[in-house]
Amino acid sequence: MGMTITEKILAAHCGKELVEPGELINANVDIILANDITAPIAIKEFKKSGAKKVFDNNGVVLIPDHFAPNKDIASAEQCKILRDFAKEQKLNLYFEVGRMGIEHALLPEQGIVLPGDLVVGADSHTCTYGGLGAFSTGVGSTDVAAAMITGELWFRVPESMKFIYRGHLKKWVGGKDLILHVIGDIGVDGALYMAMEFAGEVIDALDMAGRLTMCNMAIEAGGKNGIIAPDKITEEYVKQSIVFSPESIKKKGYKFYQSDIDARYTDIREYDCTGLEPLVACPPLPSNVKPVGKLSNITIDQAFIGSCTNGRLEDLRIVAEVLRGRKVHPYVRLIVIPATQRIYRQAINEGLIETFLDADAAVSTPTCGPCLGGHMGILANGERAIATTNRNFVGRMGHPESEVYLSNPAVAAASAVLGRIASPEELR
Amino acid sequence: MILKGKAWKFGDDINTDDIIPARYLNTIEPLELAAHCMEDVVPEFVKKVNKGDIIVAGKNFGCGSSREHAPIAIKAAGVSCVIARSFARIFYRNAFNMGLPIFESEEASNNINEGDVVEVNADSGIIINLTKDKQYNAKPVPPFMQELIMAGGLMEWVGRKLKVES
Repeated sequence: MGMTITEKILAAHCGKELVEPGELINANVDIILANDITAPIAIKEFKKSGAKKVFDNNGVVLIPDHFAPNKDIASAEQCKILRDFAKEQKLNLYFEVGRMGIEHALLPEQGIVLPGDLVVGADSHTCTYGGLGAFSTGVGSTDVAAAMITGELWFRVPESMKFIYRGHLKKWVGGKDLILHVIGDIGVDGALYMAMEFAGEVIDALDMAGRLTMCNMAIEAGGKNGIIAPDKITEEYVKQSIVFSPESIKKKGYKFYQSDIDARYTDIREYDCTGLEPLVACPPLPSNVKPVGKLSNITIDQAFIGSCTNGRLEDLRIVAEVLRGRKVHPYVRLIVIPATQRIYRQAINEGLIETFLDADAAVSTPTCGPCLGGHMGILANGERAIATTNRNFVGRMGHPESEVYLSNPAVAAASAVLGRIASPEELR
Repeated sequence: MILKGKAWKFGDDINTDDIIPARYLNTIEPLELAAHCMEDVVPEFVKKVNKGDIIVAGKNFGCGSSREHAPIAIKAAGVSCVIARSFARIFYRNAFNMGLPIFESEEASNNINEGDVVEVNADSGIIINLTKDKQYNAKPVPPFMQELIMAGGLMEWVGRKLKVES
């Protein structure tokens, strides 16, 4: 019986020829990640256990990105815990403000996660790296503490679901719409405990930014991981990112896994994407999906473009295309946050930031702040935002009576201009 | 171990932002987190919850973030266990890792009402609704997870394993 990509990567990391869904395994992890919200608990557990050293100082990544640059004294104290631990353990992969970026954009960009890797992170969107053909999944802080000590962790091998996308995409439709389409179809627990494998000619043609966006939101359907078979597009991306890889990672290299033809899936779903419109997830769940055209009477107070879902350079290019020569609506705040320092710099070099400023957008340094209602874009009572983020739960971006609508970057930018939810088509 | 308390009833898809909103995550102190547990869903929850009380919810409890602050806040608020129709994956794992007892039971989730007094036998997974004089069964816990609980959580399990290996 054949195996899926997910099963093959898990098998390779626990020294087995074959693993089966439902099996409990103990597997070696390549990269362990935590941020300023989750690392402090992991470090506390690490110390409590009496452990002295992390298993590998090239395998633990700490990134203060949620409440950083520090929003208040409590956040500053939390970030300091990471900094002190990084110094003490001589971690080579600690990213301070100024070098920092949103973790799930930074790791692929810096060549820290590569195809075939097994990655765990104390952040639910760790599943992003499936876009590269890696197995990656979110875990809690205690799991991270255990993994930092031993370099391994227990896993239940997940069942796999396959999603095949046929046809071709219209302009302004991208990875975000493809994943919202699935979540709308199967619901926020439709892939509970499962691997979500994305395939088909639409995925074959999708750039790496779109693939990372799709896998990023696998968790919003309850998935354990999202994954896309690596191909030529992956190869091109890795060639550029591996330049930045630490020597230890370059030496280890990477591996492309493919699912066997006779691999087992609990469900296979096919979608014809040719007529697909940009989609918007209405509050309070990412599964509450509607075509953008059905929401044109919804006014907004804020538009936010950024986050680990859609803060990449490709996203910012689309936003500039929509905003060029236009102004943000007088009663709307548009906040644009490039996801990493490198994206920020490239956006400056390409003139994108100037376009945003000309349109009256606020642009700032990388941070996860607005996405989770942390800082830099909090909503007041009764306010409504459209955001390129991944969650629209009650109170996610501020006041419990505020609302968040999720969309792709083009829709968020067009909505900022018109002051209501809108497709870029309406700007012609 | 017998857990006993009054039921607090919640619906489907109770997410980690409902359990502990992200705006409070600039601390890891359990009691500070507990002070905001469920506040956007049931503002009076923290004031009215009694030690031993039980959360009973629908499907996909704990969906959303990986934050361990969620089970920590529930536990520190005095809640003895959570019964739900199903749990989100990371929450399920976190609850076992840090010792918050959780039980999957569609029957119990459907039939327990807010305010019912419930008794749970954590070893057998038998749930008794004392108010209605009814009994429900929870889905059995996989043997490995039982091993984790017996060891006292993941870190203790890892500690034992390290000792055996050295």
